[in-house]
Amino acid sequence: MSDAERPTDDHVPGDDEFDPIEVFPEADEMDLRPGADNCYKCSTCDTNCPVAEVDDEFPGPKFQGPEQWRLKRQSDQDVDASIMKCSNCMRCDHACPSEVPLSQMHNSARGEYVEERMSKRSLEYWRNRLLSNYRLMAHLGSKVPRLTNFVMGLTLTSVFNEKVLGIAGEREFPEFATETFREWWRARGGHEVSRERAEAARDRRGESGADKKIAYFHGCYSNYNTPEVGKALVRVYEHFGYEVVVPEQRCSGTPMFANGMLDDARRAADTNVPELAAAIEDGADVIASCTSCSMSLRQEYPELFDIDGVDDVSSNTWEGLEYLRVHEDLEGELAGTRADVPNLAYHTPCHARNQGLDGQAIEVLTTIDGVEAQDVGESCSGISGTYGWKEEHYETSMQIGEEMFEHMERADGDTGLTECPTCAMQMEHGTGYEIKHPLEVLEAALVPDSPETARATTDGGVDEVGEAGRRDEVRGSDREGGTDEADREDRTDEADHEDRTGRPDREGQNEPSGAN
Amino acid sequence: MAITDDVFVIGGGLAGATAALAAAERGVQVRLLSYKQSTLRHASGLIDVLGYAPDGQGPLADPFDALESLPVGHPYERVGGDSVREALLFFDAIAGDTYAGEHTDANALVPTSSGAIKPTARYPAGVAPGVASDPSDALLVGFETLPEFDAPLAAAHLEDTGAPFEARGVTLSFPGIRRDDAKVTRYAHLLDRDEAVDIGRGETFARAALAAIVRDQLEGESRVGFPPILGDDNHATVRRDLEERLGVDVFEVPSGPPSLPGMRLEDRLYDALEDAGVRVTTGVPVVDYEGVESGRSGSNSRRIEHVLVDRKGQDVPYRADEYVLATGGLVGKGVRSDRERVFEPIFDCHVEASPDRYDWFDGDAFGDHPFARFGVTVDRELRPLDAEGDLEFANLRAAGAVLSGYDFAAEKSGSGVSLATGFVAGDRAGSEVRG
Ligand SMILES: Cc1cc2nc3c(=O)[nH]c(=O)nc-3n(C[C@H](O)[C@H](O)[C@H](O)COP(=O)(O)OP(=O)(O)OC[C@H]3O[C@@H](n4cnc5c(N)ncnc54)[C@H](O)[C@@H]3O)c2cc1C
Ligand code: SF4
Ligand code: SF4
Repeated sequence: MSDAERPTDDHVPGDDEFDPIEVFPEADEMDLRPGADNCYKCSTCDTNCPVAEVDDEFPGPKFQGPEQWRLKRQSDQDVDASIMKCSNCMRCDHACPSEVPLSQMHNSARGEYVEERMSKRSLEYWRNRLLSNYRLMAHLGSKVPRLTNFVMGLTLTSVFNEKVLGIAGEREFPEFATETFREWWRARGGHEVSRERAEAARDRRGESGADKKIAYFHGCYSNYNTPEVGKALVRVYEHFGYEVVVPEQRCSGTPMFANGMLDDARRAADTNVPELAAAIEDGADVIASCTSCSMSLRQEYPELFDIDGVDDVSSNTWEGLEYLRVHEDLEGELAGTRADVPNLAYHTPCHARNQGLDGQAIEVLTTIDGVEAQDVGESCSGISGTYGWKEEHYETSMQIGEEMFEHMERADGDTGLTECPTCAMQMEHGTGYEIKHPLEVLEAALVPDSPETARATTDGGVDEVGEAGRRDEVRGSDREGGTDEADREDRTDEADHEDRTGRPDREGQNEPSGAN
Repeated sequence: MAITDDVFVIGGGLAGATAALAAAERGVQVRLLSYKQSTLRHASGLIDVLGYAPDGQGPLADPFDALESLPVGHPYERVGGDSVREALLFFDAIAGDTYAGEHTDANALVPTSSGAIKPTARYPAGVAPGVASDPSDALLVGFETLPEFDAPLAAAHLEDTGAPFEARGVTLSFPGIRRDDAKVTRYAHLLDRDEAVDIGRGETFARAALAAIVRDQLEGESRVGFPPILGDDNHATVRRDLEERLGVDVFEVPSGPPSLPGMRLEDRLYDALEDAGVRVTTGVPVVDYEGVESGRSGSNSRRIEHVLVDRKGQDVPYRADEYVLATGGLVGKGVRSDRERVFEPIFDCHVEASPDRYDWFDGDAFGDHPFARFGVTVDRELRPLDAEGDLEFANLRAAGAVLSGYDFAAEKSGSGVSLATGFVAGDRAGSEVRG
């Protein structure tokens, strides 16, 4: 019977919310069946899956989710190996009209598959662990960034990566910044300095009484690779009078979910949740600049882990632009500002879409004079974190991305714009464009004349005296015991120790003190 | 600080998108917010206005004749026949050359994938060469890996309906697809990109390979019908390419979910929304509202001040002057039910339903089910009414499947009602803002 004639309208959902039983780490004991029963097989999820669109072999989200869970209940069926082809883009979640928790089912199935069926001695397992524990690599790499960048750029390295490790040789490793975000943050004076600046800004804005505080979840990428995004966030928030704290933190877990490494993800969450919950307790809201990080803290954590404070963290985590839109008159503030950033081609990350953040960057940024941004449509970039790095998925990843590349090239822009660091990598890889983060554009409009910003854009000389003065202050406060936060940071990141000598570790990399 | 616009449309289906576009025509700032994807993804892409009268009479040759005699409370009765016409004109302008059937009040008769013939008002351009009023013979092509469309069976059914042409069906194997349950998007992608496919004796391009196996089957028919998989972004190009290679007309036979023609229409609507400057937000639901007494006298004293959107854990306010509720019916989740009651979950607008849930269904599975008509009751301005017949809110209108008083599946009026009520609700909301 054709449904064009007789639409199926027999599904009468109730309002009793589906609530899984969280019994991690025995992921297979999580009862996902009520979620599976919500599925009425409309296949909307299947038509949204970018992998199924290019790969004939992939059975699609409906099978990976509700069908697989039903099968598992009826017989002792193993999780199907094809689950490893799912990229965790979560587009199926965004699609399902019946609120079936698809990505939660996929995450759990992947965890079970890796746990029970993947050999812990296989190269695949170790390659996946290596990729998903990016922070570890980045941590080591960032200690000797120039050497690492050099070695990673060698042809020999890429041949080794591909042949031995199964990492796509076509990919270029993202460059490590010569100074991590945390190094910069510490050199700049950490929380103390931020509080001073925020107070000054509040005085200027006539909000002296207000208590405004955020905890920045920078994630791995903006710490090790694009600290300019984190710096932009700090400056923009301080401009609005927010004091910034940077709690101890580890990877958000996104790449680990995507690789079925739920134990690793759990370990990271065990650090992140209490730290962020403590910051919330101290009056801060949690802000992320990467939309997969915010997705993970908001949705995946409470779906997968039963940790004290996990719901607090979920409901108090925001994306960088989103928070300002809701808590400040962002558009009013931007009216009359100028930044010279025309020709932006904007791509919405899939994970941003699930949080209601599609369209936001364009709405906000185009109120700035001199900024032009065009949406390149709803195609998926195809890289999905570590997915596109794997030799066996590289082709699929590029086939998915093809549509986005074409849309970018057809748009007027020649600079890309996106919130997600891996989407940015793929955009750059496929088009050669330089990619910016919306916060960087915001920074250019709102704090163009901050000495820090000017320093970053002109590459001018360093104000040696100011710097030395500031550094002494920092050391001074550390010696006195410093703030709790500074202590926490010490435990977090050994790399931060470098700048505790008080000497600029690499010429010209440290910021002058805040003269404002 | 709430995010602020002039008109706020809740729901991104055909009704919501039309409402947002109509409001934007009034020169106001519109936001459309939709939780999940709409039923357009399952719908055939046909714009049915009215195929059968509520008493079952039909198929109707002219839906507009029958509009005049619809019962009080039917959405078309609420907005009136002229608005239905105006809404169709509005749609024609949006659809441009991607749709056919404009400039006529009459229903076209379109063969569907089961071989039935369906009366419809507007249909995709790719469906046009297949209409049943055309006397030329047709070859229907199905694929082994796409069991939803059984071409020989559909052809036999078509013959039974007394269609004025001969139809013949064949089942072939789609070049490049091996998997039994490959997704329709996979077929479309192969053809869109004209990818290289392995046909056993080397590689060739998908469109050429498909044309080659179909050409062998032609026995003088002057048109060929396929299931609706002929490309997505490049659908028009794929169809033209196949026509050139085959030397005959090529059409798609609309079918059930999931449906590429519905998705293509969705894309078209969302492109129009972008061009019109409508701000689109998706992936998060409206869960609640805060209201104020408007201070005006009379029964319509309550206004919605802002709605609350759940952005995964915390509610964020969105404010506007006027609101349109286009959240769909039981399938779209605009109307929900539990064991005790049927309700509209955001504003708790009144939904008329028997307190005994055994009255919600007819004993006969294909009978006249009251639940099919569940929804909010509205005045002629499409403003929801409470149980006493008073306005629920002065600044709320409702459109599409969330409305009561019609059974779209039985009447074949789904898209038509969404279009007409979406148009009226959006237009009124937009003009109200301007004062
Ligand atoms: C299987 C099927 C086949 C059909 N075939 C045809 C056909 O051949 N011809 C025809 O004319 N019609 C057909 N229809 C009917 C037609 O598609 C619908 O009647 C019409 O499109 C309904 O549109 P709508 O915009 O009112 O609602 P929907 O399409 O249901 O859209 C409602 C939207 O609101 C969103 N929403 C719901 N709650 C919230 C919330 N709280 N916050 C934010 N957003 C929310 C939903 O996510 C959804 O996107 C078919 C319908 C179905 C289900
Ligand atoms: S979209 Fe949801 S209801 Fe539809 S088939 Fe997929 S899981 Fe099932
Ligand atoms: S998460 Fe993405 S790749 Fe995985 S099944 Fe869902 S849509 Fe497909």
